[in-house]
Amino acid sequence: MKFIDDYRDPKLGQRLIDRIQHLSTTPVRFMEFCGGHTVAIFRHGIRQLLPRTIEMLSGPGCPVCVTANQDLDKAIALARQPGVIIASFGDMLRVPGSHSSLQQAKAEGGDVRVVYSTQDALAIARENPDKALVFIGIGFETTAPTIAASIIQAEAEGINNYYVLSFHKLCPPVMKAILDLGEVSLSGIICPGHVSAIIGSHPYDFIPQDYGIACAVAGFEPLDILLSIDMLINQIETEQYRVEIAYRRGVRPEGNHQALKLMDSVFETGDANWRGIGIVPASGLKLSQKYQRFDAESNFAIDPGPAREPAGCICGSILRGISTPADCRLFKNSCTPEDPVGPCMVSSEGACATYYHYGDTGGG
Amino acid sequence: MADRVLLAHGSGGKLSHDLVAKSLVAVLGNTILDRLDDSAVLEASGRLAFTTDSYTVSPIFFPGGDIGKLSVCGTVNDLAMSGAAPLYLSLSLIIEEGLPLAELETIVASIHQAASEAGVQIVTGDTKVVNQGSADKLFINTSGIGIIPEGLDIAGANARPGDKVIISGTIGDHGIAIMSQREGIEFKVPIVSDCAPLNKLVAEIVSPNVHCLRDPTRGGLAATLNELAGQSRVGIRIDEVSLPVEEAVRAACELLGFDPLYIANEGKLVAMVAPDEAEGILTKMRQNKYGTGAAAIGEVVSDHPGRVIMKTRLGSSRIVDMPVGELLPRIC
Repeated sequence: MKFIDDYRDPKLGQRLIDRIQHLSTTPVRFMEFCGGHTVAIFRHGIRQLLPRTIEMLSGPGCPVCVTANQDLDKAIALARQPGVIIASFGDMLRVPGSHSSLQQAKAEGGDVRVVYSTQDALAIARENPDKALVFIGIGFETTAPTIAASIIQAEAEGINNYYVLSFHKLCPPVMKAILDLGEVSLSGIICPGHVSAIIGSHPYDFIPQDYGIACAVAGFEPLDILLSIDMLINQIETEQYRVEIAYRRGVRPEGNHQALKLMDSVFETGDANWRGIGIVPASGLKLSQKYQRFDAESNFAIDPGPAREPAGCICGSILRGISTPADCRLFKNSCTPEDPVGPCMVSSEGACATYYHYGDTGGG
Repeated sequence: MADRVLLAHGSGGKLSHDLVAKSLVAVLGNTILDRLDDSAVLEASGRLAFTTDSYTVSPIFFPGGDIGKLSVCGTVNDLAMSGAAPLYLSLSLIIEEGLPLAELETIVASIHQAASEAGVQIVTGDTKVVNQGSADKLFINTSGIGIIPEGLDIAGANARPGDKVIISGTIGDHGIAIMSQREGIEFKVPIVSDCAPLNKLVAEIVSPNVHCLRDPTRGGLAATLNELAGQSRVGIRIDEVSLPVEEAVRAACELLGFDPLYIANEGKLVAMVAPDEAEGILTKMRQNKYGTGAAAIGEVVSDHPGRVIMKTRLGSSRIVDMPVGELLPRIC
């Protein structure tokens, strides 16, 4: 159990900081893709410890944040259908859609339940055989295998009232989309930790190869993150770009074979709608032909109408890395964690919520 | 007698009478309660402290306690945090029909045990039974009265720059114990709630040198420190390295994406004390079984009034903000 302290060791941390300061000569800009990394960086005050040559940007790696309003509206519309129980991760309830939220639909009588895992959702389906249980499937490659497992389990048990509204998204394609947009010039990317535990490090190989950008997969402890920054600086200073792993205890280059197999057996890739970025080809996971009967979109008539974005909210630009929460005129004014306008203020991994909670002393 | 609580147990008739007599008064009785008059008549003189709290914890049984123990300790601790010696409690039960009587009896037994340990008497009470679905098994309200010894002035507005900030032990145990029970997450090392009456610990340390006391329950240490910084219009600086957190709690927090600073405690107190007295108070606290893990975690400053700033393990600093909304495990 001592492992957490080991990865927070102040002496080792200082040595890494010294080494980074010593190595870093040219100004660089890094994106931490994952919202969990943004939280860890602020929580441990890492930005303040880095030399001025290093600029850190938050990326789009927050599952709640990147769910487009159009998709969110579908979930809300489903919540209003009689005989439907919606099961969702808690953060999603508070995210404002185009005209309402799941929380609002719940208050108006919709049966919306917060679950912590697909096992909870399956249990609700079993207990309510006369109703349809729709699980709002958000998240990246980290959560997709457990959703896949739940579908296989539902099939094996003959649970016929379990459906998934799949908004699952894939990380490498959206990284490519952000790089191709060319709006933000990056010297390096801290690749997501938990996602990489599933997919491995190879799916990022195109980033150093095609874009000449340094890559390191990081865990969520301060030493993990400092080590990944050290790796990025080293790659840049020696001009040898590759994907390194600063999270060996969790990530293997080839990923988790079992989880990948599970995902492959249930899902196929499809286009996905990312908030702020739009439709990115082959960046989402849809249920494959064989599992269509579990697919909420094919089995329910859902017409939420046209989507709209909240006026003044810049969550989209923040997710693309071209703005920071401080650039938003709603930030801390009309948009707060108590009364959020955009999803980045709702999710505990959202950039706005992180900037709000950890404040300017974390900003560095 | 039926083996479950029925609606009829709350009707005011014979079943109600039996329930009160056999399950409650027989266990909790004392010379005041036993009279069963419409109100308890109490003897007291001096400055009184008076508080009330409702308990709706789910599950009602958890590692380290149950809703009964919690409902006594919580109110006893609220009284103790103003320096009062708790004397009398009221006990109101709202029972969902169908609650197994055996469970009710276990809870009443632990109310008795906690009250005995704290040295308080249950002097008045009420029992209601509601339809299934109108409550979640059992809700309890307790109110309490205590007497504040002469010469004490303990309040949330009394922290002064220079004061040392002390916590009586590890943080986050209760919240993680409840969460692991609720979500069916099991850890190799069982995490046990710290639920405990703190009035004796308080009695051993109170003096004019103790300026603030508060128990960091919902919202955890972060919420308590922010409240005290706001009420006293001072800044608080704490040091991450000095925060006592059980390894298992720390590991559970990492797994679920929580920060122990925001997790509830039910048997801990925060004290703001005059700097010269801090060592002596720590020594006294550590001699009490509920203060063995007491630690000085920071100090009160005149800078950044209303804000709590923490020096991280790596030597940087960050704001410790008020918690917002419900704690939810990470998705990714």
